Amino acid sequence: MAISFLQRHKMIERNITLLAALAFGAVTIGGIVEIAPLFWIDNTIEKVQGMRPYTPLEQAGRDIYIREGCYLCHSQMIRPFRDETERYGHYSLAAESMYDHPFQWGSKRTGPDLARVGGKYSDAWHVQHLKDPRSVVPESIMPTYQFLATRDLDAGDMRAETKVLSEVGVPYTQQDIARANADLAAQADPQADATDLKKRYPKAQARDFDGDPRRLTEMDALVAYLQVLGTMVDTGAPAAQEKLAKEKGR
Amino acid sequence: MVHDHDQAGPDTGKTSRLDEATGTHTVGHEWDGIEELDTPLPRWWLILFYLCIVFAIVYVILYPALPGLRGATPGVLGWTSRGALAADIKTADAGHAAVRAAIAAMPVEDLVKNPVLQRAAIEGGRAAFKQNCVQCHGAGAAGSKGYPNLNDDDWLWGGDIGAIAQTLQHGIRYPGDDATRISQMPAFGHDGILTPAQVQDVVSHVRVISHQEAVSAASQRGAAIFAQNCAVCHGANGEGGRQVGAPRLNDAIWLYGGDRAALTETVTNARAGVMPAWQQRLDPVTIKMLAAYVHSLGGGETSPAAR
Repeated sequence: MAISFLQRHKMIERNITLLAALAFGAVTIGGIVEIAPLFWIDNTIEKVQGMRPYTPLEQAGRDIYIREGCYLCHSQMIRPFRDETERYGHYSLAAESMYDHPFQWGSKRTGPDLARVGGKYSDAWHVQHLKDPRSVVPESIMPTYQFLATRDLDAGDMRAETKVLSEVGVPYTQQDIARANADLAAQADPQADATDLKKRYPKAQARDFDGDPRRLTEMDALVAYLQVLGTMVDTGAPAAQEKLAKEKGR
Repeated sequence: MVHDHDQAGPDTGKTSRLDEATGTHTVGHEWDGIEELDTPLPRWWLILFYLCIVFAIVYVILYPALPGLRGATPGVLGWTSRGALAADIKTADAGHAAVRAAIAAMPVEDLVKNPVLQRAAIEGGRAAFKQNCVQCHGAGAAGSKGYPNLNDDDWLWGGDIGAIAQTLQHGIRYPGDDATRISQMPAFGHDGILTPAQVQDVVSHVRVISHQEAVSAASQRGAAIFAQNCAVCHGANGEGGRQVGAPRLNDAIWLYGGDRAALTETVTNARAGVMPAWQQRLDPVTIKMLAAYVHSLGGGETSPAAR
């Protein structure tokens, strides 16, 4: 062997131009492998029907969910395993968190997964459970969130929040943004007219969520958010099932 | 192995030598007297390293791996996590396909006539109950405040297996299900139908018919108010009305409490418990199984058709 591996390596170590050129090459390859797929990330999201942005009230509830650190114990990601789909329902689809900034998939399940908790319990159950989890689930170790029912919802200017979200790709319309604050109040007020809200946010549920129609509390927002989780895409619809079945066999 | 220490000697020139203390050659560099031993990699480690590379190549060929512009390479096995799940469920379902098919083909009311299927349905229902129902009705189905006890024979909307199945399918006051069981108790105090004093009188009467208090002047006034306002749903004697899910009031079983404070709250602001509709979440066979299980808990009634 004329020049050994070590000799060649020594050449690289001592020729700064050669070292720089080869290092640049290595970093470039690594960069392309890591960065390039992000430009085509959209084609990993299956096209599904029914996804809409969160209403301002749901979005405010989501902010409380993040503020209280719910994601530390609750995931929102049902994986395609039999034990998970039997307990939580249809596995999560990428499209179902495409308007989440940031997504709440989580990485730790101390409590159950919440990706499809919407509609599984009544509002009253959620309120009672958040106030005192052990009154309905004796073995629960969840902290109590009594204060959510007594604190008025201070969501800030939802026009600004929806505007920011629209800038990162959530399709709020100009009208949605302009009426965000009114929408927030209307959704939890049984006296208010919610037809306009429901037209712009299909299948939105408008009612008093916390059992106290006189006040708009943080509980209203959080329960509204929990009740919409996993309900937007009808995974049981024949068209959706057909499509997913096709995908399974691809 | 190009950097095997046997070859390091002559090529690296001047200073490669055998280190006496360790019995290993040095690589030949020397920085201010500091030298580096050319210790070979352990053979077992090296073998594992090459095996890992071979494994990775085989994996890339068999399974989805390399990202491209339109999705990843599919791999020759055609494996997907969703496909694996579908196969998994198929295997699991195959085990009880016969029983499920038989239950699917049978009206829920006829389950009681077939003890073998009924027993299978009860066991299936027991498993589904633990997953979906215990959060409200409790692990032993004993319920709690606001959530009915399913072990007793006091039913709000009916306790025959068909009625239980209907409640399971469509829920109670569940938004989004047009066939849900619905009724609304007026908020007698809150909406000003009764004055606070009248509310107390009615509460006294209810406590009399449930044998918690002796008849008093207040309860006699309450009886007249009861007859006008409450009897239409709860019955003249407080025996309850299942068409509207009005609870029986002349027994010792209470959904929200039978003490004066709880009853005052009930009459003043009304109660309207909600149960989700399960037909979107659970398949029809599981709902039949759940109905059979709840029916078997102790209070199950005979179907009207079979009576």
